[in-house]
Amino acid sequence: MNKKLYGLAALFKTPDEIIEVAKKTSAAGYQKYDIHSPYPVHGIERAMKLKPSKLGFITLVFGLTGSALALLLMYWTMSVDYPMIIGGKPFFALPAFIPITFEVTVLLATLATVIGMITFFFRFPENDHPLHDTDYMKKVSCDHYGLVIEAKDKLFDEAKVLEFLNSLKPESIEEIYYPEKETYPVLEPKFVTFLIIIAVVTSGITYFALNKLLYMQPFTWMMEQPKLNPQKPSTLFADGFGMRTPVQGTVARGFLPYPYMGQNNPTEFLQNPYLPTKENLQLGEQKYLTFCSPCHGNFGDGDSRLRGQFPNPPSLHSTRAREFSDGMIYHIITNGQNIMPSYASQVTREERWAIVNYIRVLQRAKNAKSSDLQVVNKETGNNASN
Amino acid sequence: MHQTDFNYQRKDLPAGFSKFGLIFLVVGLILAAASFFVDQTRAAFNYLVIYMMIVSIALGSLFLIALEYVAGADWSTPFRRIPEFFAGLLPVLFILVIPLLFLNHDLFHWAHEEAVKEDKILQGKAPYLNISFFVIRTLVFIAIWVLFYFILQRNSKKQDTTKDQSLTTKNIRFSAAFIPIFALTITFTAVDWLMSLEPHWFSTIFGVYFFSGTVIAALAAVTLVVVILKEKGYFDPWITDDHLYSFGALLFAFVNFWAYIAFSQFMLIWYADLPEETFWYLTRWEGSWVIFSLLLIVIHFIVPYAMLLSQPAKMDPKRLKFISIWLLFAHLFDLFWLVMPNMQPLKKGYVFSWIDLVFPILGIGIVLTVFNFISKKENLIPVGDPKLKKGINFHL
Repeated sequence: MNKKLYGLAALFKTPDEIIEVAKKTSAAGYQKYDIHSPYPVHGIERAMKLKPSKLGFITLVFGLTGSALALLLMYWTMSVDYPMIIGGKPFFALPAFIPITFEVTVLLATLATVIGMITFFFRFPENDHPLHDTDYMKKVSCDHYGLVIEAKDKLFDEAKVLEFLNSLKPESIEEIYYPEKETYPVLEPKFVTFLIIIAVVTSGITYFALNKLLYMQPFTWMMEQPKLNPQKPSTLFADGFGMRTPVQGTVARGFLPYPYMGQNNPTEFLQNPYLPTKENLQLGEQKYLTFCSPCHGNFGDGDSRLRGQFPNPPSLHSTRAREFSDGMIYHIITNGQNIMPSYASQVTREERWAIVNYIRVLQRAKNAKSSDLQVVNKETGNNASN
Repeated sequence: MHQTDFNYQRKDLPAGFSKFGLIFLVVGLILAAASFFVDQTRAAFNYLVIYMMIVSIALGSLFLIALEYVAGADWSTPFRRIPEFFAGLLPVLFILVIPLLFLNHDLFHWAHEEAVKEDKILQGKAPYLNISFFVIRTLVFIAIWVLFYFILQRNSKKQDTTKDQSLTTKNIRFSAAFIPIFALTITFTAVDWLMSLEPHWFSTIFGVYFFSGTVIAALAAVTLVVVILKEKGYFDPWITDDHLYSFGALLFAFVNFWAYIAFSQFMLIWYADLPEETFWYLTRWEGSWVIFSLLLIVIHFIVPYAMLLSQPAKMDPKRLKFISIWLLFAHLFDLFWLVMPNMQPLKKGYVFSWIDLVFPILGIGIVLTVFNFISKKENLIPVGDPKLKKGINFHL
């Protein structure tokens, strides 16, 4: 097989030699040549007359992009889309943004520099470079310094270059050929097409199974039925509502309307339907302590701990209060009075009457007559005699 | 490639150094003396700015010398004499500081006894901020600097004739001792002379802030002289592009360092938003001072950053010369910005006065004259230094 020449390589032993070699090669007018050394040799780029690398521009552009992106992101999130007051600072608080801008600038600039260097300047991955797998490369990556003049150079002429290289007194000269084109069965079109088809079919089936098949309903016999839903529009009735308003005067089950609702001084009252039995009074005490005592006090003196924070609640032992009929007290609890709100929704009818009975007990106890005492005495006396 | 032939012939510095130095010194002295009669307080504040500028250049240069020894740097050996000459300003500080010590009443609010009596905060600080301790501190610090200056430069000069390598070892030891002392003294100097102008204010990073400007000033001064002397042939062929590039890179680094420190100081105070800290910045935001504050960012960071960013710019002698002058001005501007708003009549905004222009002239005069005086009959290159050959053959 006819091999194609890549270039001629020469090996040298010392860094001083290679710098002289580089100077002479660039002076001879060669353009496409390269120097290889196991470590960066100082001053080689000047000896080779290399132009400064353009890598810095990639860094600059991406660094500026990073600053702009960071500022834009923070401006958008912090000042436009979701403005939040943090530490009393303005929404666009530039000093607070600078550290982040700096970080993103550095991040983008360094990443772009490294990736740009590896991809654009090192042309990574280039696996079949002619210099790979040569004795020359083994030596220059260990303890030798090498020069390669490529055949692509305009001045390249094998005999002349050989003569030139010999004039530099190298340790050895090597001819370097392009490697034979390698074929990779993995990259054959048939195999690749096969892979693509398999991939498309597999992912298609997976998609269908997970997103469609699993959700298919075998039958929908009772899933959909004609019916009226409350709170939903309906075409059945002329007014378009699914719900009906009850007939005038309808009363809900278990509900008794209170006829004097909203009247401040009703002229007539309900009669107390409950007797002050022990159970009734216990219920009344419990409800009184829960709902009434916070303002009126535990014993109805109007001396609760809330005293002073509101207009003071009146004592339930005033003559006026004692002269209220049961129905009037019931009315006040149900309807409210002055700043006292209605307790109709918290306390049931029965509980309200029980409270009325309990208040009566409290009033009687606070304003007991001596005759009451005698009754008690008689009773205890009886008990004592037993 | 290697510089094998090395024969240095001592040459006198260009005549311009002494001529301009003397003219500036005489003119500056006359005008400065006149300004003291016109407005003593303003002249005192301006003189403080120039004094701190000279401290920056001199002390920063001594730091650069010590840094070279401690770090074992060899690239800076060929021109080490230049910072040595600049550090020669240190003994002169003994004379320069005298007027300031007498003017303490004009400069420092805490020096007023009647003000301290009514001020609990100042009473608390009085054990540190009182005139006798202040004077002792200042003189002791200068004495320490001068001591290290004499040791380091005497050993360095002795080496020119004796070629004794052990002198380098000695200097390394003294430099290692000097660096922590330098860190402490420069911090206390910044606190004493700059921060205590506003005795109610405090910032723990302030010493570092002054240090960053100091190194910029010293580096810029050294760069300027080296580039000028190289252009006039004094350093050829021993100072190469690689040396110049290192100058540019160092200047660039310290411009960034200054911005980093200045921003760190600002951001913490801005974020915490405590009235006892923010008022210092608010004073510098008052009236026309806001222009100075914004200009400081442009002059001290944005312009030098942009001008030094690219690789060729860092080794272009013309660019370096310009940027060194620019950075010297930037540090002066920074000091002006630190000092002047503390002056009572200028609290509400800057008002121009010709006195502000006089003192830089005096400063240039002092620096040039002293530099010229010290460098007379001295080798520009430490010919006996064992690191010299490596320094001349320095490659990046």
